[in-house]
Amino acid sequence: MSTFKIGGVHPKDNKIYSAHQPIVECPLPQKAIIPLAQHIGAPAKPVVQKGDKVKVGQLLAEAGGFVSAAVHSGVSGTVTKIDTTIDAWGMKMPAVFIDVEGDEWMPEIDRSSDVIREFKLEPKEIIDRIAKAGIVGLGGACFPTHVKLCPPPGQKAEVLIVNGVECEPYLTCDHQLMLEHGEEIIIGIKLVMRALGISHAIIGIEKNKPDAIARMTELTKKTLGIEVRPLKLKYPQGGEKQLIDACINRQVASGALPISTGAVVDNVATIYAIYEAVQKNKPLISRVMTVTGKSVKQPGNYLVRFGTPLSQVVEMAGGVPEDTGKIIGGGPMMGRAMNNIDMPAHKRTSGLLFLPEDESRRGEVENCIRCGKCVSACPMGLEPYLLSRQSELKMWDEMEAHNVMDCIECGCCQFTCPSHRPLLDYVRSGKATVGGIIRARQAAGK
Amino acid sequence: MKNLIVAPAPHAHSGDSVRKNMLLVIAALLPAYAVSLAAFGWGALITTLISIAACCATEWVIAKWVLKQQPTLCDCSAILTGLLLAFNLPSNLPWWIVVVGAIVAIGVGKMTYGGLGQNPFNPALVGRVFLLISFPVQMTTWPLPQGFSGSYVDAATGATPLAAMKQIVKNGDMSLMDKLPDLQDAFVGFMGGSLGEVSALALIAGGIFLICMRVITWHIPVSILATVAAFAALSAPAGMCPCQYTALTLLTGGIMLGAFFMATDYVTSPMTGWGKIIFGVGIGLLVMVIRTWGAYPEGMSFAILIMNATVPLLNKIRPRRFGEVVKK
Repeated sequence: MSTFKIGGVHPKDNKIYSAHQPIVECPLPQKAIIPLAQHIGAPAKPVVQKGDKVKVGQLLAEAGGFVSAAVHSGVSGTVTKIDTTIDAWGMKMPAVFIDVEGDEWMPEIDRSSDVIREFKLEPKEIIDRIAKAGIVGLGGACFPTHVKLCPPPGQKAEVLIVNGVECEPYLTCDHQLMLEHGEEIIIGIKLVMRALGISHAIIGIEKNKPDAIARMTELTKKTLGIEVRPLKLKYPQGGEKQLIDACINRQVASGALPISTGAVVDNVATIYAIYEAVQKNKPLISRVMTVTGKSVKQPGNYLVRFGTPLSQVVEMAGGVPEDTGKIIGGGPMMGRAMNNIDMPAHKRTSGLLFLPEDESRRGEVENCIRCGKCVSACPMGLEPYLLSRQSELKMWDEMEAHNVMDCIECGCCQFTCPSHRPLLDYVRSGKATVGGIIRARQAAGK
Repeated sequence: MKNLIVAPAPHAHSGDSVRKNMLLVIAALLPAYAVSLAAFGWGALITTLISIAACCATEWVIAKWVLKQQPTLCDCSAILTGLLLAFNLPSNLPWWIVVVGAIVAIGVGKMTYGGLGQNPFNPALVGRVFLLISFPVQMTTWPLPQGFSGSYVDAATGATPLAAMKQIVKNGDMSLMDKLPDLQDAFVGFMGGSLGEVSALALIAGGIFLICMRVITWHIPVSILATVAAFAALSAPAGMCPCQYTALTLLTGGIMLGAFFMATDYVTSPMTGWGKIIFGVGIGLLVMVIRTWGAYPEGMSFAILIMNATVPLLNKIRPRRFGEVVKK
């Protein structure tokens, strides 16, 4: 069984709470707030105005550039205002505010549960539909998917790697999606393979999901070119570079794009969204998210329309547990701690995790004992102890020379540090400064 | 809603701690300590207790009154230093010499640099070498194993197998051959020597435990032992089977204690795999050079301290970066 070659850690996966909970649809809100920057890149430009009536699936804002994504309405009703809001990650951004009235869908969307297998579209048409549907990587980065499917000149895709790893502890939404919508995912994979003009796809799944491995293997039996690759359990296997290494044994060089290895990586949830967009005309207006935690009453996997306040999703799961100390958007390794749950669900909210008070605080920081565990744990082969010290001392040039820009911020170093040192805090802030310096230098050089 | 805690990711931790690592090393030393008690009786018990108590007291006093910090005895590192110092002393050492050693180990070896994590040299070895140079007679008078019978201070003493080996190697004095222990004795224990190094078996068991618990990695012990073995096999004195010489070299003196417990000290060893291997090979070479041509019959402490000084340099060796060798 394969895995990535450098570093990695083994956090307790804690998936038992919400694993195998069937996907349940979350009821519609009365008021929806739909942020216009739910992706990496330029925010989308609104095409609706105050007072407009909108339907479910209607375009609210078009892509603000090539690296950007369209935003559609998850509800039907009247636009009350277009204003700034603070999203679930604490970022200020423009948003469309809608008073919800009924549940009226755009007529061209196929809402039936029939699986549509046939397609005759040309690659170009598939990519156009994906772009129009506002699809972004649902694994966490929210990079616009159509950009990934158009390799830059000189680069050629050879293999599609489908990310069913879900290496973040607690989260189970991708797992459940594979169990319930495996067939649609396979059709989605075929669509992407056609769009890229390739004949080989690998579905990477960690071995802690044996039923998903079995289900997908069964579905791929009769399909030429698609194989399921069970992977050893190790975090951060779901990282794009780590997954490419694990599946095809090639490592993306420092500063290069993943496509340089010939691989395109898409999450299973993204693939499912592609199926819905191309075969059912349904833009990306909802996603499955996991609501979980040791003390959550009904942990589970919920299908949530974007714009629904997270508090409403939490009600479905039995409300905020008494002992909550920290609420995390996403998983415990890379997710963001939130200060309230009134913000709306959007493309990036893969989960809500409630940590009890006693697990919410960091350990007391002690001196670095130079054990080197952070160095062994770093999946990028960096020296976190050194980078964090350099960041403390503002040694930006040295940080750049020690490849800080390769850091994927997975948190392995801080997770493993016996002295509870805030390694990633320092590395992350140093990386932001070094990134700024590099961009300024490039701008000056032009 | 009540107040929520907000902090950047990661929100999970492995549960590892400095204290846990120290306690695991102490646990790994216990089998060897049990053998020491059986071999040296009261001497082993009293020397160890004095050493630990003096190390802790020194750390507390310096932290509290000199550095004006919160003393960090809870991390158990002073206890470990005390235990390791005792392991490196003859068990019949007068109590006040043990105290001097502990004060030098913690006071000079650790706290002058700023406490845990800051010291370039292994504190226990700093203490031991200071004593070896200051009290050469007491530090090289090795009691014979006799268990708990009799008084430990004036226990019968005798030459260690290492001293005999040194004579054989240096002077070709083959009459000393019968002074060498048979291999089984050397492996299980019950030879004269430092308090903690009597049983290679118990030390190896402890070392393997540490590797399995992921407290240490294999790099340093394996590279030390391999280098020593290779050197010994090639330099065996005429008239002695190279196999026997190699085995005796590995099993006697401080090689096992040094390779598994002294050289692997986090603070004073390199961070990366290759750095650790070079560090281990360096120790292996130095200890054999000292044993073969030096004035002392044993050179493990010196070898480790010398290699400690190279650690900042060895830490410049970078780990292999992800994607550094691009496979085509």
